[in-house]
Amino acid sequence: MGYIAVKGGTDAIHNARELVEFYRLKKAVKPIEIEQIRSQLRLSIDKVMGEGGIYATEYAALAIKQMEGDVFEAAFVLRAFRATLQRKFYSETINTREMFVKRKISASFREIPGGQILGPTRDYIQRMLDTAKAIETKEDVETFLAGFAAHIDPAKLADIAHFDKVIDLLKKEGLLQPVGNDEDTTLKDITREAIKFPAPRSARLQMLARAETGGLMALGYSSMRGFGSVHPTVGELRYGAVPVRVKDRLGRVRYIGSIEVTEAEMISEYKAKSKKAIPYYSIGYGLCFGQNDTKAICMGILDRAMRSPEGNSPSNDQEFVLYHTEGIESMGFTNHLKLPHYVTFQSGLNNVRAAIERNAAAVPPSTINPSVIIPSLQPV
Amino acid sequence: MIENKKYSNKYNFAFIDESTKKEIRRKLLKAVAIPGYQVPYSSPEMPISRGWGTGGLHVSLALIGRDDIFKIIDQGSDASVNACNLREFVQMMTHCKVTFDTTEATLIQSRHRITEEVLKANQLFVFQVPQPEPLRGVERYENKTRQMHGEADYAKMWVSLYESFVRYGDIMLGAGYPVKVNDRYIMAPSPIPRWDVPNLNQSEALFLFGAGREKRLYVVPPHTKVEPLEFEDVKFDIERFLGKSCYRTGSGKAFLDELFLDDGSKQFVVNDSNYLDKLAAGNPVRQHVNKYLNTIQS
Repeated sequence: MGYIAVKGGTDAIHNARELVEFYRLKKAVKPIEIEQIRSQLRLSIDKVMGEGGIYATEYAALAIKQMEGDVFEAAFVLRAFRATLQRKFYSETINTREMFVKRKISASFREIPGGQILGPTRDYIQRMLDTAKAIETKEDVETFLAGFAAHIDPAKLADIAHFDKVIDLLKKEGLLQPVGNDEDTTLKDITREAIKFPAPRSARLQMLARAETGGLMALGYSSMRGFGSVHPTVGELRYGAVPVRVKDRLGRVRYIGSIEVTEAEMISEYKAKSKKAIPYYSIGYGLCFGQNDTKAICMGILDRAMRSPEGNSPSNDQEFVLYHTEGIESMGFTNHLKLPHYVTFQSGLNNVRAAIERNAAAVPPSTINPSVIIPSLQPV
Repeated sequence: MIENKKYSNKYNFAFIDESTKKEIRRKLLKAVAIPGYQVPYSSPEMPISRGWGTGGLHVSLALIGRDDIFKIIDQGSDASVNACNLREFVQMMTHCKVTFDTTEATLIQSRHRITEEVLKANQLFVFQVPQPEPLRGVERYENKTRQMHGEADYAKMWVSLYESFVRYGDIMLGAGYPVKVNDRYIMAPSPIPRWDVPNLNQSEALFLFGAGREKRLYVVPPHTKVEPLEFEDVKFDIERFLGKSCYRTGSGKAFLDELFLDDGSKQFVVNDSNYLDKLAAGNPVRQHVNKYLNTIQS
């Protein structure tokens, strides 16, 4: 009787677990080392850490290996692991002005303080399948690294420092919308309490930071394309390492390490409701773990869009955006459809059969419309 | 010397850390105090998918003690694959005794069924809830539904039942039929069939509902009035199997599953797997008593 055969459930799941492990290993090739994943699948790791809500490159690599490269599942494993760790400290606010900048661009100005720094990006590569990678050897890697090191001038490395931010320029000129009292500045921890709506900006940004990149992209894109009115300019997009500090029990601020983040500050024109209002610029903010331009940019778009809840576009709607871009929850619920639902289905079936009988009794058989479909009113 | 504990992560008893268990228990106490009211809670991630019983697990794991005897069913069956997985997880994390026997269990977790056998005062009954908000079908926004509950403004719900009657000649709600608890809150009983809904009323046992993904807990305390929504002239009714009976036990007084067999024939079988086993073995059973069941010959 299908997959609930009376006493076979446990055997079935054990066999399925074993079989999927067999599928992971059946070609009997050398297992991928965590260090290989960590260094060569850097961007997957950044995604998984962001959605998993924990900065731990090694564990992220482990999760990717365990889940055969499924980044949704890997993020889920990491998130579940994270939930077993006690929160001992809250970090001090990280300051991206202290960032050791690896990449920093602005689309709003031709020149910015410190210049445009492309950094490590595939934005300007030709996306041609590189068949040479198929036969890449350890020697190739070493040759490349030696060649790369040869044209680095060590004397210039010292020049790399911290850079001012583009929004400081706008602020100085008074172009930015002053932060008003209508913004809820309450600080929430979404890992410790359920989000309530309307949610303060702290909770919204936390939700976005853990949201799934693809989900954010779909909604961010919808806002730009026409289902919304945010078509922002990249004020600044920067990626690099920032120091993290916590306050110890004696109140001393301690440096505990650094993490890599991508930060996007998206400038858009503030559409004032009243006619006389000044048309300031406003900033949509995005910050996520690792290097993930798409996520940071879309976060910025959605942060801005959600602050104008009057629109009737999905991207302006807090509940719509935040509930549905939460990848781990949406993946779980989508997949729960695979669970048996025969009791709930039977209950609906009972109603539908009764309704069809009522219909048949009420009208002559020849006029019964077989297309009368009776929807279940309650989603299950 | 600093001990390297990197890969030797040990899990707490019942998996969840003590401070989160405390939080869940506090929220459950609040839920007991306000029957049918949805209490938001932290709902930390579990190593089980969202939508696969995380809310039920939070409740079970926050309440389970070393002497508890744990039973878990999914769609009425002890052997359903997800129930097996969750049972194994709970057992691994608590080493508690597990059982299939409804009367022996002190803590029962269930997806979408109440056991056919009547529950006792020493039993906790935990539901896995996919959608805790009974008004979601008529109002999509959470902040509005919370307000509607606050003001006991259930007009939209009543209108939807009325519209259903006008259109289809009956209230077409199937599983998860909305109920009013203690004359105050409209509550989603989780997608249990209508067959089970009357058994929530004035029960001896404590019913606890955990919606993990939606981060809500709610409760029907023992001896609490629970009424399905109905009109004076259009009444709630349970599923009727119209004289069909279980092909294994001959019983027609239990929620039945419809089976399509290999030869194309259709058979019915008692859904509750433990109840079925007991009936088949001729063991004594004590079923729930309610006015709907009383109309059915056993």
